[in-house]
Amino acid sequence: MIELATFIVLSVMTLTSAILVITRRNAVHSAIWLIVTLFSVGGIFLLQRAEFLFAVQIILYVGGIMVLFLFVVMLVDIDVALKQARFARQWPVALATSVLLLIIVGYALHNHGLGLNLIERPNISAPLQNTQAVGMALYQNYLLPVEIASILLLVAMVGAVIMAKRKLQ
Amino acid sequence: MIPTEYYIYLGTALFAVGVVGVLTRRNVLIILMSIELILNAVNINLMAFSQYFKSVDGQVFAIFVITDAAAEAAVGLGLIIALFRNKETVNADEIDLLKW
Repeated sequence: MIELATFIVLSVMTLTSAILVITRRNAVHSAIWLIVTLFSVGGIFLLQRAEFLFAVQIILYVGGIMVLFLFVVMLVDIDVALKQARFARQWPVALATSVLLLIIVGYALHNHGLGLNLIERPNISAPLQNTQAVGMALYQNYLLPVEIASILLLVAMVGAVIMAKRKLQ
Repeated sequence: MIPTEYYIYLGTALFAVGVVGVLTRRNVLIILMSIELILNAVNINLMAFSQYFKSVDGQVFAIFVITDAAAEAAVGLGLIIALFRNKETVNADEIDLLKW
């Protein structure tokens, strides 16, 4: 019961702050509302007993990516953007398309019971602590993807430096 | 125990909000933030199924999604800085060099 109440509070927080992210005029306000969204999503991870992912969400998303965002928002000119139109000219069409997408997906999910009944739910209990289990999976079954992800991060780092350099010799 | 369906509905709603942001906003920075919203919706879905099947594979994939989000944010923000330096604008509809 209290679990459901927590879920509802976190969902309302997530969706409200997400809507505020896409409607605020000032990009700094959007970034701060995005931080609230990320915290709420982290809370939902915690509700699903995924403590490790909660920590990753807070440290990496809120601590890393959002600070990067705020830096760039303050590097580019905010004052000009404040006086300009927020939405592109085609916004009614875009909004209608997105609402249609939401309705279609919601209808499909509602009518077909998600297809979850097709698969027999495996009746195993989670054996390890969450962080231990994630670590085991990362460094045993998913060792190659972890290495590929590290190369991806290296490429992204070099690419960002090249991109933001003033002039290429 | 919250039903898995509720998480899926929440993920769908968050995804739709992100899509609205990408399609309607003019500021490139807000478009990037909307992409982060979409990636978070994906993570909620992955977590829901990870819990449903009592397996950590979904959580591992969510970690890879977060890694991708970090890489995407770094490259995207570098692009925005280079763009602002050259064109003095961050509005997506004023960047039409390839359009004729």
